[in-house]
Amino acid sequence: MSTGNDRPLRLLLIIISVLFILLMLVTPLVVILVEAFRSGLEAYTKAVTDPYALKALKLTGLATVAAVVLNTAFGLAAAWAITRFSFRGKGLLTTFIDIPFAVSPIIAGLVFILTFGRLSYLHPFLAAHELKVVFATPGIILATVFVTLPFVAREIIPVLEARGTDEEQAAALMGAGFLTIFRRITFPHIRWALLYSVILCAARAMGEFGAVSVVSGHLRGKTNTLPLHVEILYNEYQFTAAFAVSSVLVAAAIFILVARNIVEFTARKESDYVR
Amino acid sequence: MQHHQANKRNIPGFGLSLGLTLSYVSLVVLIPMVSIVIQSANLGWLGFWKTVIDPRVMASYRVSFLCSLAAAAINCFFGVMLAWVLVRYRFPGRRIMDGLIELPFALPTAVTGIALTALYSDKGWLGGPLAQWGLKVAYTPAGIVMALTFITLPFIVRTVQPVLEQLDPVYEDAGRLLGASGGRIFRSIILPEITPALLTGFGLAFARGLGEYGSVVFIAGNMPYKTEIAPLMIFSKLQQFNYGEATAVALVMLGASFLIMLAINTIQARAAGYVKE
Repeated sequence: MSTGNDRPLRLLLIIISVLFILLMLVTPLVVILVEAFRSGLEAYTKAVTDPYALKALKLTGLATVAAVVLNTAFGLAAAWAITRFSFRGKGLLTTFIDIPFAVSPIIAGLVFILTFGRLSYLHPFLAAHELKVVFATPGIILATVFVTLPFVAREIIPVLEARGTDEEQAAALMGAGFLTIFRRITFPHIRWALLYSVILCAARAMGEFGAVSVVSGHLRGKTNTLPLHVEILYNEYQFTAAFAVSSVLVAAAIFILVARNIVEFTARKESDYVR
Repeated sequence: MQHHQANKRNIPGFGLSLGLTLSYVSLVVLIPMVSIVIQSANLGWLGFWKTVIDPRVMASYRVSFLCSLAAAAINCFFGVMLAWVLVRYRFPGRRIMDGLIELPFALPTAVTGIALTALYSDKGWLGGPLAQWGLKVAYTPAGIVMALTFITLPFIVRTVQPVLEQLDPVYEDAGRLLGASGGRIFRSIILPEITPALLTGFGLAFARGLGEYGSVVFIAGNMPYKTEIAPLMIFSKLQQFNYGEATAVALVMLGASFLIMLAINTIQARAAGYVKE
């Protein structure tokens, strides 16, 4: 950077990088928007407000909220236990938490079919009580919760690990209870990391396809999420409708990216301020 | 140590937080994963073996393996370049470019799949000109590599970027003053620093590529022996309610992901040990 003679190289690398990003990341987005409006605004509105699309949107929303709420509560509990105490088997527990990131979404769907489906030991019990998990809404929610399980825990654990336990120990010695310690000491340190991980968790939950596809049984209007609805439309050669519904998911993805960047920017500024 | 541990016990909430964590992980992850083991025990060794070495299944492993490897390799090159450009250079639009890197994580994979298929089919904006050059992308292994390159792009950029941020340009300046060429500086100063991060990113990208389903099935064309990926084999066996065979294929894939994760952990442990020395 200090010498002037690497200028051509610098320019070349910047140009290749910008072209690569435009070609790889931006053109697919543009294609979706162009295809979505190919048959005009009316066709677009019709595809997006179709009753099946709205039902799929509702189920996607439900699964996303469930995944975010459950996995945030879990992530906080897991981070507290793992970083604030020493106990045997901690490494093993951390490995178990990482499993959903390591397995294919299809395998995530498969394990729920095996656990709750026809061949399961639980099946007689579930059938006797008329409980449907697989090919029903609970299965969709479970699969979504499974694939997004590590997000919050994995983001919070390193932050708390780096902080150490001195402040919490001091507060505890002075007689502060759990809630006071968490609210006054721990939470202010992790709030940006928490918000960041919640955003990533929501993004993955909203877009999950493979795992949900396996457990859904593809029952239209019943177990369809938005990504599955896109697949059905596409396979029925209703391309314009498929891209129209996709454009809704693109809007959500861009919203998520912007939110993520704002959170990161604010967090960086704040930590500089503290320093 | 004794003293330290006693102190740690002052902090409240151990029983509750660990209890919640263990119950949740058991219910959502462990019990469902155990069902795979039970199911494959029902299948027996012979059934397992016959499924796993079936030529069509073997072909799907090969397609998944080679395409993931190619995508991860492509991203090693472009990932390091993007990380370098984002960390070291200032230019208009840099922040937007940095923000866009995570797009593949934010975009639902099915949406990625149909967008890339439209783009790279013979009538697509990019597929059309490429087809005239005799290069078919959609419905060929090249299409699978394209989808996997898109999906795994963030891994390498985001693992290498923090390392480059920590790397002081002073060393490069010193190398330059001593008369080293740009290539020599990259090989002798920068590359050794980023290698552990690069290998980790490569492993993550490779593992993700092996398991990826949504973005690939649309563009692959799913022709047996040619463009059928391993996750799709599991999926189609499940569609035929052939749970035993689906489980057998899944077990082999689980073994592969386990080996990759083990390799990543070893690399990271070694890198950490190296830093400590």
